[in-house]
Amino acid sequence: MSLNYTKKVLNHFLHPKNIGEISKPDGQSEVGNPVCGDMLKFSIKVKDGKIQNIKFLSFGCASNIATASMLTEKVKGLTIEKAKTYDWNKIVKDLDGLPKQKIHCSILAVEGLKKAIENYEGKRIDTAPKVKK
Amino acid sequence: MKIYLDNAATTKVDPRVLKAMSWYNLNEYGNASSLHFMGDASHQAIQEATKQIAKILNCDPKGLIFTSGATEANNLIIKGLMRASSKKHLIVSEIEHPSILSPAKELEKEGFSVSYAPISPSGHINIKALEKLITKNTALISIMAVNNEIGTVQNIKKIAALAHKHGAYFHTDAVQAIPYQKLNILRDNIDFLSLSAHKFHGPKGMGLAYINPSAKIAPQQTGGGQAHNLRAGTYNTPGIVGMAEALRIAYKERDQHLAHTKELQALLLKGISQIPGTTLNGSLTHRNSNNLNIIFNQVEGEAILLDLSEKGICVSTGSACSAKSLRVSHVLKALQIDKNQLNSSIRFSLSKFTTKGEIQQTIKALKQTIKRLRSFTALT
Ligand SMILES: Cc1ncc(COP(=O)(O)O)c(C=O)c1O
Ligand code: FES
Repeated sequence: MSLNYTKKVLNHFLHPKNIGEISKPDGQSEVGNPVCGDMLKFSIKVKDGKIQNIKFLSFGCASNIATASMLTEKVKGLTIEKAKTYDWNKIVKDLDGLPKQKIHCSILAVEGLKKAIENYEGKRIDTAPKVKK
Repeated sequence: MKIYLDNAATTKVDPRVLKAMSWYNLNEYGNASSLHFMGDASHQAIQEATKQIAKILNCDPKGLIFTSGATEANNLIIKGLMRASSKKHLIVSEIEHPSILSPAKELEKEGFSVSYAPISPSGHINIKALEKLITKNTALISIMAVNNEIGTVQNIKKIAALAHKHGAYFHTDAVQAIPYQKLNILRDNIDFLSLSAHKFHGPKGMGLAYINPSAKIAPQQTGGGQAHNLRAGTYNTPGIVGMAEALRIAYKERDQHLAHTKELQALLLKGISQIPGTTLNGSLTHRNSNNLNIIFNQVEGEAILLDLSEKGICVSTGSACSAKSLRVSHVLKALQIDKNQLNSSIRFSLSKFTTKGEIQQTIKALKQTIKRLRSFTALT
């Protein structure tokens, strides 16, 4: 048996893009899958309604690392609105496929992105000047 | 680079074993049940191999049943004994191989009751807790001689005596014991024992069940009546000859083999302990000298395995991500290690063919792998 990863997954696993943490991020998130125990952390910087920068940290399998790496590459520069609806199927496709039991890794990555955006939007509302009636 | 440190999964065949088998594939290939002279030659070879194995294991040759491996032997013994027994309770340890646990589950569905003996954090059976599980209805206690994931060695002699004190039979899955532990079936009063030849440089698909000839066992595979009606099917003459040869070599060269693996185990452990945030699973005492199972904090096992594999090094992991079921190894779970560390273990298993240079290269590669994966870990 092999893990059955595609060349692209292997490449992202061996050379992940956008690893690390953004200092003073505009939004951040931490997600985990209780079944496999894997975790991802994202931090984003937003400018003019677009994701200017995104970084991730991982505690997880090769597919966890590769899906997060691919996701960060693809959403960098997207508007927040576009990023919010980012489809995990796209990650799977961009990686030339994932083994069946590893599809959930891509879903976890997208969940992490959405939580980071939620965190950013929540913060924005919190810090917006209160309008007096 | 190709460095094989997964010898608990399977081993390289010893060339001498291959040579012994070759004769019975190419020249004396008769069916041992045939009545002509070629059948007789095959039959004689099996008799000879059986005698040889019985001598090494110190058991009654009549009790040796050849199987396709330990999975079949375990199934035959566990299901065969329970299904023929008037007592309906079975005890196994919680760290048995799936080829024990799965038949036990099958039996539970059939109405048998099964108890699971706990282990201590050192990886050894808690004998007092085991004794408490025994009832008048206990037919069989099955405890592995050596665990395949963490290499811990159980005191099977003591557990066999305990079983007999309470009128139960004792079985041991001794797959990982050869040649690291000495097996002595009659002296230690072992009723049943399972082996797989490919774990000690013999052929794959070949194993044996030792079955106390006085015990009643229901065959699980019927047909032409071979193996005293206990396991039907044409005798695998080359396999049997190969297993006997592998066993002979294993115990003849045991001292060198043990000294060699002990030295390499110590070398590897020393190298690993230079990496911060590492812990040994199970204790180093009462452990096979070919096994190390290590937690690497903050990194996931499958990622380590794949990174090493890309560098040409073969190891194994019990992490959930690596399993089709996404379930973490039941053995690591039984050790009660921290939840965050459950998915961070790697098993290194050595053999007589492992070299010092390979261990040194592994340590070097391992340091790079752990450093790289920790550089972006989400765990603090
Ligand atoms: C402890 C133990 N028991 C049983 C088996 C099953 O052996 P096989 O797969 O050769 O039937 C193995 C090996 O996988 C093992 O390590
Ligand atoms: S196996 Fe669950 S995220 Fe990779």
